[in-house]
Amino acid sequence: MRYFLQRIAFYLFTAWAAITLNFFIPRLVPGDPVQSLIAKYRGQLSSDAIQSLYVLFGLDKQESLWQQYLDYWKQIFQGDLGLSFTFFPAPVSQVISQALPWTVMLVGITTIISFMLGTGLGVLAGWRRGSWADGLLPVTTFFSSVPYFWLGIIAIYLLAGPDSFFPSSGGFDSGLVPAWDQYFIPSAIQHSLLPALTILISSVSGWILSMRNMMVTVASEDYITVAHAKGLSERRVAVSYAARNALLPNVSGFALSLGFIVGGTLLVEIVFSYPGLGFTLLQALGAKDYPLMQGIFLVITISVLVANLLADVAYLLLDPRTRKEG
Amino acid sequence: MTIPTSSIEQVIPGQGSMAQPEEAHPSKRKRQRFTFIRNKKAAVGLTIFGLYVLFAIIGPWIAPYDPSARGNDLVQPPSADHWLGTTHLGQDVFSQILVGTRSVMYVGLLAGTIATVLSILIGVTAGYLGGKTDDVLSAFANVILVIPAVPLMIIITSILNNASDTLIALVIGLTSWSWNARVLRAQTLSLGRRDYVEASRATGEKTWRIIGFELLPNLTAVIASGFVGTVIFAVLSEITLAFIGIVSNNGWNWGTILFWAQGQQALAQNAWWWFVPAGLAIAFLGTALSLINFGIDEFVSPRLRSAGKTKVKTASGRTVRMRIGFTPVLSSKGGEPS
Amino acid sequence: MSQPVLEIRNLNVDYGLGDKAVHAVRDVSLTLHRGEVLGLAGESGSGKSTLAYGLTRLLPPPGVITGGQVIYHPEGGQPYDVLALTDRKLRQFRWAETAIVFQGAMNSLNPVHKISTQLTDVLRAHEPKMSEHTRGARAREMLKLVGISPDRMDAYPHQLSGGMRQRVMIGMALILQPQVVIMDEPTTALDVVMQRQILGQLIELRERLGFSVIFITHDLSLLVEFSNRIAIMYGGRIVEEAPAATIYRDALHPYSAGLLASFPALRGPKRELAGIPGSPPDLAGMPSGCSFHPRCPKAFDPCPTTIPVLGPPADLNSAGRSVACWLHPALEIS
Repeated sequence: MRYFLQRIAFYLFTAWAAITLNFFIPRLVPGDPVQSLIAKYRGQLSSDAIQSLYVLFGLDKQESLWQQYLDYWKQIFQGDLGLSFTFFPAPVSQVISQALPWTVMLVGITTIISFMLGTGLGVLAGWRRGSWADGLLPVTTFFSSVPYFWLGIIAIYLLAGPDSFFPSSGGFDSGLVPAWDQYFIPSAIQHSLLPALTILISSVSGWILSMRNMMVTVASEDYITVAHAKGLSERRVAVSYAARNALLPNVSGFALSLGFIVGGTLLVEIVFSYPGLGFTLLQALGAKDYPLMQGIFLVITISVLVANLLADVAYLLLDPRTRKEG
Repeated sequence: MTIPTSSIEQVIPGQGSMAQPEEAHPSKRKRQRFTFIRNKKAAVGLTIFGLYVLFAIIGPWIAPYDPSARGNDLVQPPSADHWLGTTHLGQDVFSQILVGTRSVMYVGLLAGTIATVLSILIGVTAGYLGGKTDDVLSAFANVILVIPAVPLMIIITSILNNASDTLIALVIGLTSWSWNARVLRAQTLSLGRRDYVEASRATGEKTWRIIGFELLPNLTAVIASGFVGTVIFAVLSEITLAFIGIVSNNGWNWGTILFWAQGQQALAQNAWWWFVPAGLAIAFLGTALSLINFGIDEFVSPRLRSAGKTKVKTASGRTVRMRIGFTPVLSSKGGEPS
Repeated sequence: MSQPVLEIRNLNVDYGLGDKAVHAVRDVSLTLHRGEVLGLAGESGSGKSTLAYGLTRLLPPPGVITGGQVIYHPEGGQPYDVLALTDRKLRQFRWAETAIVFQGAMNSLNPVHKISTQLTDVLRAHEPKMSEHTRGARAREMLKLVGISPDRMDAYPHQLSGGMRQRVMIGMALILQPQVVIMDEPTTALDVVMQRQILGQLIELRERLGFSVIFITHDLSLLVEFSNRIAIMYGGRIVEEAPAATIYRDALHPYSAGLLASFPALRGPKRELAGIPGSPPDLAGMPSGCSFHPRCPKAFDPCPTTIPVLGPPADLNSAGRSVACWLHPALEIS
């Protein structure tokens, strides 16, 4: 429990750091990036909306930095991330809440599948050294060196097209309206296959490699020899003794690399024009829509923190040593 | 983005008999350094990497065309005139790739250096001093590690507006040191408990001398592996930033090529020569760097080596695999029949 | 003398293959009799642990058994060569007939499973028909046998002290009532009081359950006290083998004498302590002839050139002992 509380404290601290970072970035840059946008939309913006942007981007120079910081927090807590210019006049929070489920479904599910698949293959490669599984290594090395988005481009080039089963862009058929019905869901799944495959192929190799190395390391521990000496079946030794222990560092590695993985997957969304956060971020970049960019950064960070916390819970369940001493 | 694949961190802490980097032992070290070069993976990696460095230097001089110069052959497949075809403006793709190598290598190496220096400063200090300093520095490193680096970079770069290569390297370097700092901290912690370090401490050796002469030489492999890992990450990050079009648009790098290819519907025009070579260039550079890192990993913990010979022939001519738990029996000769 | 239970015949174990191979165990023959405690002593690197791991085929790569046989005599059955068993048969043989208590009490238990799981999975593997309930009862019984309260069944290894972990390992070793228990430095990591307590308990258990023990240690004084017969290894070979009391009274090989002199005797008259000069040989560059000759105070002409054969000494009339030393050349065996 102590361990768990420590982790929660750490994530709260990180969330605070990320939000503070978000507060300072626009203020440290010379010039007022949002000022010109406000000028452009003057007349269409309500005074409330302008005030909100002032608080977010520090255009209110009369106030002390500390006062600005307090106001900023107050506004974040109310869920007011300003107005999006790209999707004017939709508020940023609304734009994000539309995009977030797409990213969570695509990236979340694919990442977990990739982790499980990679870990499984890594167990094989590490346990049966010198067998065919070792031959996977050069291939996986190559794929882990390829940028996700380029692999996406290649996947579209090779597999997608007007006559292909795989659509090359979008999250669902343009003729459909998002709903939980028998038309929309199959279409959404169909559209997610190729981006998911891309993420899977580029990320799985990292897990294979790290699990293989952990298996090799664990295989020479004393308790593995004991397990063999006990005459347990090969399967039980490999799974319950070796893999079960090798999994622990891989799970904490999983938590730590989430930040890296998410960065890459955003780009896959861009290549596939997938209606998630990454693609929205690209649109925001094009329009210099700073409120939306900052909002997306915050949401991504918070999501990664939540995912990290979940990985910690998994670790807690897997490793008795972190549980309360009995 | 790639996941840092170095296993060093996972291998080190508290594993008792686990492979630790060799302790200072002059003659042995020399021999092992030699072994590192002899490591096949490292040798291949270093060779490819060397070629990239060479092209980074001479690329702009040997490029057949000005990469930005427009021509009349629009979106043409590879030919004798244009080895890798042309773009929608008739620019020579081959020249763009050659010229772009310099920017990629420059940003990669500079960001790698910045991140490595930061990680040494923070990681080694935290590991060596311990206590409150360690708590604060570790928490700092962990915070930076958990915050997704790529979105942060995107935002900073986009606000900076037309950032130069150097500025981008700085941004990447500043956001990507934390993983290595963690690894170095763990390593320093375990080294700091070694007898010879304790001894120097006890005899009142100055802290900077202990760090510089006792610790750092033994951290070389870990630092090198961290550097290589960061270079991979930096290269991918720069290309990513260029691909989404938020870096300065007067220079060329592989990401810029892909940006134009994507923006100008190279896919729809079947212009594979426009986007395939740039991606392959990245992939081979990444593979080369990963190979160097595998070499370092295996050098540090020999257990990870793909066991050179894993199959043994028995006296009766059967082939058995060497594996844990079942020692191969080559023959039963020597014992009288029972 | 009682009947043999385990016969090692001309066992050879190498590390590595071909020219680079290091011969860790050379031509070792040794017989363990039913119900006895056979001590195996030697400095680190003498090959004593390699021998123990080799005879059950547990040596990790690059260990290779290059020759020899390990004949097991089951109670009331036909003897067979353990090294010739198929993987499946070998798995069945392991633990059921020969159990091992390993050196590292700290790392012998799987840190992520409860000790109950680790005790019962042996039963699950070897006696699949046994009910869950019986398995649990048997595991509890074993814990009680080694002096651990059965309510520690649900404990994880990290919640137990080093001594308790080693007791769990001993309990685990006895759970299938094997004929042979190999103990590889079972108490080295423990303090002296705990050492004697555990060994005393083990001897008592042996008298009750009647298994045989191969007891490996560098601590010859422990062997003198706890074993019936002692074999002394040096450079991968057995250099002397005799009843414990005989070795203690009158060691023939200069190395055995040196080993004895380097430990304080726990009982009996006080002796002067002395070490053996020099260090154990590098297995990769073994000296010619008798591998002990560079360190031997009594080395003479034949020692550097010719390997002495292990056998009953011709110059002494002492049955049941053998030595490999030119000071006491072996009887010619016809």
